[in-house]
Amino acid sequence: MTALIILLILVLLVVIVIQISKVSELSGKIRGEEVAEQQANNRTAVWMVVFMVLFLIASVVSAIYYKDLMLGYGPLGAASLHGVQLDSVFNVTLFFTGIVFVVTQFLLFWYAYKYRKQKGRKALFFSHDNTLEYVWTGIPALVMTFLVVKGLVVWNEVMADVGPDEDVIEIEATGYQFAWDIRYPGPDGLLGERDYTLIKQGINPLGQNWEDEKNHDDFIADQIYLPVNKKVRVRITAKDVLHNFYLPHFRVKMDAVPGIPAYFVFTPTVTTEEFRTRLKDNINWQDLSDPEDPESPAKWEAFDYELACAELCGIGHYSMKKIVKVVSQEEYDAWLEQQKSYYLSQVRGKEYDPNLGKLLKVEIAQQKRDFFKELDAAMSSTEEEDISLRLKNINFETGSANLTKNSRYELDNLVAGLTKYKDVEIEIAGYTDNQGDPSSNLELSKNRSNAVLNYLTERGISASRLTAVGYGEANPTESNDTPEGRKMNRRIEFKILKNKSI
Amino acid sequence: MAEILEYNEQELIKEQGYDDHFHDHHHGDKFKSGFIGHYIFSMDHKIIAKQFLITGMIWAIIGAAMSIIFRMQLGFPEESMTWIKPLLGKWIVVENGVGTLAPEFYYALVTMHGTILVFFVLTAGLSGTFSNLLIPLQLGARDMASPFMNMLSYWFFFLAGIVMFFSLFLSTGPFSGGWTAYPPLSALPQASQGSGSGMTLWLLSLTLFVVSVLLGGINYITTVLNLRTKGMNLWRMPLTIWAFFVTAILGLLSFPVLVSGFLMLMCDRGLGTSFFLSEIFVNGEALPNVGGSPILYQHLFWFLGHPEVYIIILPAMGLVSEVLSVHARKPIFGYKAMVYSILAIGFLSFIVWAHHMFMSGVNPFISNFFVVFTLIIAVPSAVKVFNWITTLYGGNIRLNSPMLFAIGFVSMFISGGLTGIFLGNSAIDIQMHDTYFVVAHFHIVMGVAAFFGMFAGIYHWFPKMYGRFMNETLGKIHFWGTLIGAYAVFWPMHYIGMAGVPRRYYSFNTFDAFNDFAAMNKFITIAAIVVFAIQILFVINFFYSIWYGKKMKTKNPWQATTLEWTTDIHPGHGNWEGNIPTVHRWAYDYGKDGHDFIPQFVPPQEGETDVH
Repeated sequence: MTALIILLILVLLVVIVIQISKVSELSGKIRGEEVAEQQANNRTAVWMVVFMVLFLIASVVSAIYYKDLMLGYGPLGAASLHGVQLDSVFNVTLFFTGIVFVVTQFLLFWYAYKYRKQKGRKALFFSHDNTLEYVWTGIPALVMTFLVVKGLVVWNEVMADVGPDEDVIEIEATGYQFAWDIRYPGPDGLLGERDYTLIKQGINPLGQNWEDEKNHDDFIADQIYLPVNKKVRVRITAKDVLHNFYLPHFRVKMDAVPGIPAYFVFTPTVTTEEFRTRLKDNINWQDLSDPEDPESPAKWEAFDYELACAELCGIGHYSMKKIVKVVSQEEYDAWLEQQKSYYLSQVRGKEYDPNLGKLLKVEIAQQKRDFFKELDAAMSSTEEEDISLRLKNINFETGSANLTKNSRYELDNLVAGLTKYKDVEIEIAGYTDNQGDPSSNLELSKNRSNAVLNYLTERGISASRLTAVGYGEANPTESNDTPEGRKMNRRIEFKILKNKSI
Repeated sequence: MAEILEYNEQELIKEQGYDDHFHDHHHGDKFKSGFIGHYIFSMDHKIIAKQFLITGMIWAIIGAAMSIIFRMQLGFPEESMTWIKPLLGKWIVVENGVGTLAPEFYYALVTMHGTILVFFVLTAGLSGTFSNLLIPLQLGARDMASPFMNMLSYWFFFLAGIVMFFSLFLSTGPFSGGWTAYPPLSALPQASQGSGSGMTLWLLSLTLFVVSVLLGGINYITTVLNLRTKGMNLWRMPLTIWAFFVTAILGLLSFPVLVSGFLMLMCDRGLGTSFFLSEIFVNGEALPNVGGSPILYQHLFWFLGHPEVYIIILPAMGLVSEVLSVHARKPIFGYKAMVYSILAIGFLSFIVWAHHMFMSGVNPFISNFFVVFTLIIAVPSAVKVFNWITTLYGGNIRLNSPMLFAIGFVSMFISGGLTGIFLGNSAIDIQMHDTYFVVAHFHIVMGVAAFFGMFAGIYHWFPKMYGRFMNETLGKIHFWGTLIGAYAVFWPMHYIGMAGVPRRYYSFNTFDAFNDFAAMNKFITIAAIVVFAIQILFVINFFYSIWYGKKMKTKNPWQATTLEWTTDIHPGHGNWEGNIPTVHRWAYDYGKDGHDFIPQFVPPQEGETDVH
């Protein structure tokens, strides 16, 4: 019914409009066609000027009104080093085009008014003028040259790749329907190899080659964290269709193309907190961030940099968001510390881990970091008591005092520790679980701690700093009733003899 | 008042005209006999022009209506769209009584809107209409070089339209990957349901369309080169003809490249080749294709795609130059500069395509060349604008509907052209690429401006097509509504774009940065609906005037100099009853030696100097 009424109203409107136009034509006839035409012409000419004035005012006023939303003005100025340059090319272009815009629009409508048809006026026969034409070919050519040069200088600077020795963080963004995966290189600073045929959802989302050592410490972050004022190179790629890595606040944009990785290098200069401060006093960012919830923070408080997709990639194109946080170097380091390697946390030790049974470089490095963390803490502790530390990664062949091959890394750590702290004396203590004959356990623990002592002296640690003791089943740290507990009890510890320090 | 030169047209054409023994051969028009031969499978260029125009108008209404539907989604995302469910069916998903437009169909609408408007309306509807109508009439030819090919050109276009129209009703929907149809999205039905049958039909339709353009184009070029009447040398051709001529050459050189890209895409889709596909993992499966480059397709596409925007705008420029000159009663200023500008723009249009690809992952060094060539285009474009404005200077301007639209064209071309200087500079494009700033730019400069040129042409040549005038009052309402409305639609988009909002977003509320423009989006949508309604007014005016418009009483109502106005009010097939008029001067002798106008067929007067 409503549809019918709307349709009827529309039909009526059409009829009315046609009638009006007919009437205006008839009244024209009555007044005499020439007079009517002349009047219409004058009227239209006046409207031309009215339009021109309103149009120019509207364009300038609206630009001023919305200036806070526009490039390089107000609080939304670029938050990156190169972005400021882009904004300046924009402004220079706006200056020149603005002048041309106002002058040409003015003349166009003004001439239409001024030279409207009037009785007795003779049109000027003015078919060409070489001087004029040279001038208005030459001036645009000059302005264009200026803009091209300015633009290209900036462009080539912005798009230049990083040099071989530059201090830069390289991360990788992979677009897929409909999200981004952000991969960080981990402590080695290098992104590992990928092969799209290795991709398995939930197991290996990016198709990383686990045999490449560079991959072992790479991690996939749920947000992009970047330290302020540090150059970042983003490797940009895609899994399925085209996407576009777009960071509006940083003036970063680059297509993500499957099979053809691209890059963008930029340096964020404003931390998230500083950007919020910028917005704090602007009227546009005072509303509640969630209009439904009166408790929600103001927009400026809730502000975050965002990553978006800017290349049509299918039905979810509009929803490929990721939060970007720019923080101080300290906050960044702290965040890095919390991130877990995808390989070590999700793949290592599973049946699909191709490196089963191998000790990996990244694990050795981790052992070293863990070892020194504990040792350094113990050494800087002000306690007067002796401190015992467990050598976590030492293993012996079953029932014997022969060290396994992989134990030497931990022992080397100990060597390095004793080299670092030259004055320290230690006691090396061997323990066993409660299985088997206690006296042979005691013997075994003694032999094992001696094996460690021998290793250390062979590496140049003075024997006078070392004592080897076997405690057998004594001092279990865990219950001996479970296999896990027993495993924990079979151990080598070293005790830092604080009071005996030289 | 400038005096009107006394001459007897009948006598002059009889005496001076060229006798090609027209009647000896044909004894009238043998194609005029039946209804089907005359109105449907017509070989008369004037009828074919009307066929192109009316088909183009139907497509324009469909394409614009689509934009209204997706603008509703953008402007009023919370409103229920249940009311349109009878039309869109399953694409409106109703939940708790609230109907929402399915994102699949939103993208299909955006894609179809672009494809339809660019190809079917602004290429076929604009260049097809006026090249057909004016090339033979203004050159003094009986018809196109090959009327049969000309007829085929229309019917291939018609067929392309049928195929595209059919694709709208597929259960998987029409193609939805954007009018540029970038692979891999367009190549993989797994990635988007529109890339299934919808894409197959899209490719088929556009291939048929290219056949139409090529059949038409080669005909236009041949006709311009070979069928000019006696005395009509190239430098005497009206700017309309120059524009159509260069347009046809651009089409002939660039459309085949597009088809080659389409062909490769078809092979990738159907035959397992890897022209554009490499290392793809989609829908849980790693595809075997390696070694292809999605960027290669972009090169092939934009090698057409960029000249295409000039294929659209050059005819509009030609029409506007003619209309401005006739109604200002002045010669077009700097005729030769105008011709050289058209040629320069035509040439440059072939070496700027990669400015659409600054951020596509091509080597940034390559972009240097494309920035330089792109910004050079600003120079001939600026020359044209200054020349149009100077054409108005000192005129005796009739501000009727065709003239208003011609002036509106210049205004739009300035506004949209200037933003091109931002986008053509790759440094600024880093931020602006694929934002609403681009949407604003190209809609104003090649969408709205081309429509203004087309409207100027329709109002101006309507009497030649139908022997009646369109209604002036409605024409003026149409003009003011469209001028103000179009600026209201597209001007705010600049600001949205400068704020960084990307185009082709179904919804903005995922991102805080893009979610602050609800009021502006509402405003744009309302303005778009108003502009759409006003175009319906134009359509009514058009069809009403065909049958009931004010009758044309004289052959040359605008007192123009060009040859189409020497034909009968209702010219038959063959255009001139007797001799073809011969030409003695250029097309722009307005106001010369105190005469209001001197038609092209009038020989040099005694004592007349400086005859072009």
